[in-house]
Amino acid sequence: MHARLSLLPLQLEDVGYSVNGQRLIGGITLRFEHGAPTLVLGPNGAGKSLLLRLCHSLIQPTTGKVSWLGPSGRNPQSRRFDQAMVFQKPVLLRRSVLENVEFPLKLRGLNATTRRDKAMAVLDRVGLAGLAQRPARVLSGGEQQRLALARAWALEPQILFLDEPSAALDPGATRQVEAIIESIAASGTKIVMTTHDLGQAKRLADDIIFLHRGSVAERTPSAEFFNQPHSDAARAFVQGDLTW
Amino acid sequence: MNTISEAFLLSLQMMAQLDPELLRIIGLSLRVSLTAVIIGSIIGLPLGALLALTRFPGRDACIVVLNACMGLPPVVVGLVVYLILSRSGPLGTLGWLFTPAGMVMAQVVLITPIVAALSRQTVADLWVEYEEQLRSLGLTPMKAIATLLWDGRYSLTTAVFAGFGRAIAEVGAIIIVGGNINGFTRTMTTAISLETSRGDLALAMALGIVLLAIAISINAAATAAGNAARRRQGA
Repeated sequence: MHARLSLLPLQLEDVGYSVNGQRLIGGITLRFEHGAPTLVLGPNGAGKSLLLRLCHSLIQPTTGKVSWLGPSGRNPQSRRFDQAMVFQKPVLLRRSVLENVEFPLKLRGLNATTRRDKAMAVLDRVGLAGLAQRPARVLSGGEQQRLALARAWALEPQILFLDEPSAALDPGATRQVEAIIESIAASGTKIVMTTHDLGQAKRLADDIIFLHRGSVAERTPSAEFFNQPHSDAARAFVQGDLTW
Repeated sequence: MNTISEAFLLSLQMMAQLDPELLRIIGLSLRVSLTAVIIGSIIGLPLGALLALTRFPGRDACIVVLNACMGLPPVVVGLVVYLILSRSGPLGTLGWLFTPAGMVMAQVVLITPIVAALSRQTVADLWVEYEEQLRSLGLTPMKAIATLLWDGRYSLTTAVFAGFGRAIAEVGAIIIVGGNINGFTRTMTTAISLETSRGDLALAMALGIVLLAIAISINAAATAAGNAARRRQGA
């Protein structure tokens, strides 16, 4: 887009989130830098989605602090526009495939021609160029998720949060989604992604954050995590024995 | 029985001959109610969306009042607008009393709460689905209003047609504000009311049939268009 100042690193200091006095997640201290994908693993209810929402400022922490430490971290425009998120169930506008990708580009002030070119280019990369004029909501589940990824990719975010993007997809569609995620990562976007699929984590992750009962049990390079996880909870999880 | 069938035949005859008085009355009705529904939608749709998306003290009370206003008695609205437009009223200088403009104003007061209340519900439901995604893309709730109105367009047509149905069928407000002046402010409903009391059942019945036909065909068209569009959008 233009020569951009870095928003990263993203820092969480002792971040916690409670609802009605019940702690759902707490004591989270993490730092995300530019680089290869980080995957967040953990059983259902461990707080994975919550962690992403806190990072992405969709919710505000009840304790602790989420801060962007890069040179553009104090620029609200950059905080708004240089990060993106894709949800487990893609939320598509009731418009055409192309218009879905163009929508946030318009918000960022791009003119009509640039929007169209950028949107078509990214649709082409995810294999949806042929469906550009189709209403987005009649696409298959896999196509919808690829569209959601394309929409995020077109924004060229510095960091992209992915909340179980392939949880509802069949193996073929999952493979396509993973290929797109790898391309986005290769284009220089930091990926932070949750999954409960160990195979997927092995394929994509550079390092793993393991969440258990609302706190970080460990953060370990991927290879090490799958060979000898440090925490008991992670060891049990990897072996498929983790009971809540 | 005899009177009814006679009146019915006569009414068919008037319609077949495109009776000029009949046409004038139908034309004015449509003009007044369509204008009112356009103005009511321009005010009501954003108002409903605003109420759906914003949080402020007293919001719940506003919603209760708005919902209650869906059932405003037309004669009361007519009376209030009459007082406002009467020569000593606050808007007396406009000279709108006993004119189509005044009738439009009365109907706007009737319709706007209907459009606003129904669209508030639609937009609120859509916001539940869209909120995280739109905020993630960088939209503030205020900026989201246009997006939600556009994406809810098929459901929102229902709100607009409900408003139109109310306007075209009501008689209480426009007979007070318009005065049912022949050739000037006489509409289908006010004419039916007058002609029935005068005993000219043929004209009344012809107008009644046209009124029903308009109501049915507009709603049928709206339903069909909405369903087709919804299917196409997969929404």
